[in-house]
Amino acid sequence: MKFNLKHSPQRHRDTEKIKPKNLGNRYANLCSFFRSPLCLCVSVVKRFCLSLALLLLAIPAHATLNVFACEPEWAALTQELAGDQVSLYTATSALQDPHRIEARPSLIAQARRANLVVCTGAELEVAWLPVVLRESGNNTVLPGSDGYFEASQFVTMLEVPTRLDRGEGDVHALGNPHIQTDPRNFLPVAEALGKRLAQLDPGNAAHYQQRLAAFNRQWHTAIAKWEAQAAPLRGISVVVQHKGFPYLSHWLGLNEVVALEPKPGLEPSGAYLAQVLDTLQRQPARMVLRAAYQNARPAKWVAERASIAAVELPYTVGGSDKAKDLYGLFDDTIARLLAGLQ
Amino acid sequence: MIKRIATCTALAVCLNHSTLATAAATDSAENAFNPAFSLILSGTYASLRQDPALPATGFAMNPNPGHEQGFTLGESEMGISANIDPQFRGVATLALDPAGGVDVENAFVQTTALGEGFNLKFGRFFSGLGYLNEAHAHAWDFVDQPLVYAALWENQLGEDGVQFKWLAPTETFIELGAEVGKGRGFPGTDRAKNGSGVGVLFAHLGGDIGIAQSWRAGASLHHTRAVDRESAEVPDLTGNPVTNLFSGNSHTVGLDFVWKYAPNGNLRERYLKVQGEYFRRRESGDLTYDTASANVTDTFSNTQNGFYVQSVYQFVPRWRAGLRYDRLDSGVAQVGALNAGNVISDYAFTPTRTTLMLDYSPSEFSRLRVQVANDQSRRGLTDTQFFLQYIMSLGAHGAHSY
Repeated sequence: MKFNLKHSPQRHRDTEKIKPKNLGNRYANLCSFFRSPLCLCVSVVKRFCLSLALLLLAIPAHATLNVFACEPEWAALTQELAGDQVSLYTATSALQDPHRIEARPSLIAQARRANLVVCTGAELEVAWLPVVLRESGNNTVLPGSDGYFEASQFVTMLEVPTRLDRGEGDVHALGNPHIQTDPRNFLPVAEALGKRLAQLDPGNAAHYQQRLAAFNRQWHTAIAKWEAQAAPLRGISVVVQHKGFPYLSHWLGLNEVVALEPKPGLEPSGAYLAQVLDTLQRQPARMVLRAAYQNARPAKWVAERASIAAVELPYTVGGSDKAKDLYGLFDDTIARLLAGLQ
Repeated sequence: MIKRIATCTALAVCLNHSTLATAAATDSAENAFNPAFSLILSGTYASLRQDPALPATGFAMNPNPGHEQGFTLGESEMGISANIDPQFRGVATLALDPAGGVDVENAFVQTTALGEGFNLKFGRFFSGLGYLNEAHAHAWDFVDQPLVYAALWENQLGEDGVQFKWLAPTETFIELGAEVGKGRGFPGTDRAKNGSGVGVLFAHLGGDIGIAQSWRAGASLHHTRAVDRESAEVPDLTGNPVTNLFSGNSHTVGLDFVWKYAPNGNLRERYLKVQGEYFRRRESGDLTYDTASANVTDTFSNTQNGFYVQSVYQFVPRWRAGLRYDRLDSGVAQVGALNAGNVISDYAFTPTRTTLMLDYSPSEFSRLRVQVANDQSRRGLTDTQFFLQYIMSLGAHGAHSY
């Protein structure tokens, strides 16, 4: 209960009110405050470059919002909530380890054009997003501004570490960031994201409102359907490759016996996998779960020796042929888990 | 006023209580605003056949950062960074010299509030020219810098000054940058004058090719003026080591590219990185030969150039192998008549080096490396160089640049 207090959307709305707006004018204020020749020089150069750019590149004025989604699930959610009203860019794919992304030039160029950046947060993008946002020179999408949206702020986080020590591997101080494996998490995120879209693009507020309501209705129905389908999975023991499924396990009542990574983010060694087999002798599990981007070998190795199923889950949109959108993601996840029971 | 303070305190106490009650790992209010702090620990074991104090043939008037033999504690690099206020961010990198003393490697302020693709940085920073110049030593793919960086930039060009960058609002990454500064590092000389001692311009282009490939290419220009730049132990035509002084203009142009490939763009499993850089420097001015005795001054101009190409391949998670080829050209100098019988104008030798590297990273925060180099940068003195190195990163682990 205490937990909910901190992470509830209500609390977040309160903090939003305190947040200073009008970031675009900050620079102007700064200049008038200092009245320094540097500022003058900078603004002259800035104006010159801008007009040059507009002349040379003939960039049309953006009629629609440019949305930069860090992960495919947030691109898919934005698509649900905005339809064709936004131009979407997805920074990472389901086949990439989300912890190991580089601040590539293409990402910086896309962030430069973005009106809204939608990410998981909770340090998932810590290795690349800060550089991308800084280098983009786009002050409307910096953390704390209206153009920056972190989904994890609207979700009750699991596995918040009580001990912050790198000896524990690649742990995230704010809790496990892989929140997209529980469909219920999309409800508060959609609520907040829909509001944010309407705030940034007030002309289409009614459109976003309508799509949000439709999404809420359909998503509730879909969750009920998935929960009914997944009933046989309740209480099933599983092995996970990376600690990337706590939200899924929490939702479906799976019992995670052991992980193939000795510590989060560390590669499983042969000796450690032998220990895992030992554990499985004492605490048998029905299947080994891994995400589509993860190496298949360790999971296959353990599954073969323990004579259990190795199940590859799409993990996010695009992680399998059937996971084409958010509905497909969970349809396929449940179907693959049920197939693992056979 | 008192009432306001009281309200604020009450509010802060309430907030503090609720935060303490809700989050397990919460800092006390006093250190909650502490900056991100990181420390790099590194060390090397080097086994060399030749004296590392000997410069590459033809480059005695350039710096020679060289190597240290035997067990060496590398510089422990301490990094501190934080947002100062909504407009500014501060970064300091201090290199703790194992022999004692602290070197301020970087100490700059960056503003994120300009918007429209503009970025302003001022203070002490690594120049944005080339590709490798901005990378800190712990992020290098080899134990040492390429020969062209060692000879033309004394490993890395640091600047005290201002950097201004602009990123175009295009899908292709197009970045233009300019720097002015003191010009304290080689090839410039420290100055006690008004105005700027160095000018740098650079442009970067970059993008992705499909999901698996990404690239960046760049061009840079550097201009500075050296005043009484001293070089010791420079061989003259009779073979004696003398001390020379150079004053004049220094123009450098550079080209750089990097290309990366990872199946599905997933860097965790396997990736390949190929990069190369070329620098060409034209210097012209006056050279004073043998300041200790002859002390003859006449005109001197020369064009030096060099390049490296390297590739790093992560063949399985945690393991990477690398290959690098280095080459320098000392040029043929135009020496004024007074010094024609003193100063060597043409060394007729091309320094090269081939380096192999293998490293293992148990986690993102630790790396162990072995490196072997066949160094033919000194005429008649082939060197087989062997290195072992560790690089460990403690504390906040900031995001790396591309």
